[in-house]
Amino acid sequence: MSILVNKNTRLVVQGITGTEGLFHTTQMVDYGTNVVAGVTPGKGGEWVVDGKIPVFDTLKLAVEATGANTSVIFVPARFSADAIFEAADAGISLIVCISEGIPVQDMMRVRNYLDQKHVRLVGPNCPGLITPGEAKVGIIPGNISIPGNIGVVSRSGTLTYEVIYALMLLNRGVSTCVGIGGDPINGTSFIDCLSMFEADPQTEKVVLIGEIGGTDEEKAAEFIAAKMTKSVVSFIAGQTAPPGKRMGHAGAIVEGGSGLAADKVKALQAAGVKVASHPEEIPSLLK
Amino acid sequence: MKLHEYQSKLIFAKYQVPIPKGRVAATASEARTIAGELGGRVVIKSQVLVGGRGKAGGIRLAKDAHEAEEVATQILGMEIKGLPVRKVLVDEAASISKEIYLGITNDRTARKPVMMASAAGGVEIEEVARLTPEKIIKIHIDPLLGLKDYQARDIAVGIDLPKEHWKMFGQIATGLWRAYQECDATLAEINPLVITGDNRLIALDGKMVLDDNALYRHPELVELRDLDVEDPAEVEARKYGLSFIKLEGNIGCMVNGAGLAMTTMDIIKLFGGEPANFLDIGGGAGSDKVAAALRIILSDKNVKAVLFNVFGGITRCDEVAHGILTALDEVKLKVPMVVRLVGTNAAEGRHLLAGAKMITAETLAEAAQKVVAVAKAQELIQ
Repeated sequence: MSILVNKNTRLVVQGITGTEGLFHTTQMVDYGTNVVAGVTPGKGGEWVVDGKIPVFDTLKLAVEATGANTSVIFVPARFSADAIFEAADAGISLIVCISEGIPVQDMMRVRNYLDQKHVRLVGPNCPGLITPGEAKVGIIPGNISIPGNIGVVSRSGTLTYEVIYALMLLNRGVSTCVGIGGDPINGTSFIDCLSMFEADPQTEKVVLIGEIGGTDEEKAAEFIAAKMTKSVVSFIAGQTAPPGKRMGHAGAIVEGGSGLAADKVKALQAAGVKVASHPEEIPSLLK
Repeated sequence: MKLHEYQSKLIFAKYQVPIPKGRVAATASEARTIAGELGGRVVIKSQVLVGGRGKAGGIRLAKDAHEAEEVATQILGMEIKGLPVRKVLVDEAASISKEIYLGITNDRTARKPVMMASAAGGVEIEEVARLTPEKIIKIHIDPLLGLKDYQARDIAVGIDLPKEHWKMFGQIATGLWRAYQECDATLAEINPLVITGDNRLIALDGKMVLDDNALYRHPELVELRDLDVEDPAEVEARKYGLSFIKLEGNIGCMVNGAGLAMTTMDIIKLFGGEPANFLDIGGGAGSDKVAAALRIILSDKNVKAVLFNVFGGITRCDEVAHGILTALDEVKLKVPMVVRLVGTNAAEGRHLLAGAKMITAETLAEAAQKVVAVAKAQELIQ
């Protein structure tokens, strides 16, 4: 078992013929992910990745022809909201949006639309997901994690790689790793993932990687205290970030005294979560 | 991106929000001319992108054109919180019988825009929000439907606005919503919205913050950017699509990913060092971007050592290595550098850098400890 992506994932890549789309499609295929189709308007009829994957003009055509159930989006930020709407309307059940820099009002419209449908969005501005040994959807490198029983959920991208890599070096494996993305408005929250990990029989422990900005970590702490039986270890990035400055992610900004790392650490510790002082300390806290 | 008061108010006016008569001036004589055209008492308002202008003496009344010139001369010579006053807004002076607060911002928790209003508007609105939050009405707007007329009425009733103003208030609330939405703002605020002595509603002050990610669809708004508020290195970084923030320490950092960049700063501090900057080269950075980033880091004279921490995913370590080598060719290397490359094409990247005499590290903790040690050694040498 695992969460969200596995051997049954039938993946369609939106923006498959772009540089990033193509590079990462090849990586996903090499990993063993079942990539069934790609979409680029105007390039329908072509085949990519050594002639293995058909390209369609629209997502609707791709879904009809291949039965895709999951999509991953590599299109530029200015086209991403439209790509998410397209996936939701084509009947995709899990949409993973990698694109960074989507206008926040676009994301508010997307999120309010998706809330009316039975569809899950992971991201945007995220590295995607990996269920080691089964499937990877997105850009997480395939050679830095092994199958196991630790669930990982993170707002960050490369920081997440650090953590699963540090686990692998100590021969600790991952059930599923989910990068939920660093934007202020996203599709899937910490709590969504925590409750899926709690219900997943393969997952025994959970790592939660947060960062400054917003109050998602505090809400996760409340959920952990009230609902989780599995133990959770955490790390919060941005302990030394000066307030009022945008730290790269649209989400990582401390405003008006809320969103501070220290408050998040305190809330998590109060919920019984062990909080690491740096990411490479996480494996030792999972013992 | 923050807009000045005069810029924000001009935008509001396009959306049928009434604003005072007035214009912006860059010199005292222009201020005199404008005051003369307006006739009567005017208010001279410094245009700087910080709060507390009034308390700093940057907003003053003048009784006629002559006095307007004098006051403008003084205000144009001021610095407010470190920012030079380059422009003043000369507005007709309004008689105020009531001050209202009206604003829209993004509520990330509700995932919707929220319109807020209070009968207790004016400079103390933040105090009101802190001490008596019940005096602020909040209404969430469905981003797919927009502000509904009844919601504007709900707000008008909620702040006990006299009935004769409801229609105009509805027009102002709708105008503010449209300005917020059509300009991709993250904040659009009128504070105060006043009822004048002759019983009109006017937006006396205005503030807008725009979403940088949406500026591509507003080229006309990009031109309004004021570079005074930004560090020159940060402006340079933005040209290359780099996210850079200057800090006070002596260890330059180049990292891919905001979370990892913040963590790298954190761990440098944990091991007793001080980061000189936050720098996220972003996902999929090419060698030109990396070279620009290194030039920017090395332009800071405080930097005594540099740490490269790149965990390749969408970013390829060989591209990063090429960028480092390009920049090192241009900038004569004067400080020690610690490099850690992991992930996509890391082996190729390390191979490329093998001849560049850089200190290498396997783990993040090792990299941080090494760079802190060499930075301290450099400080001792000098």
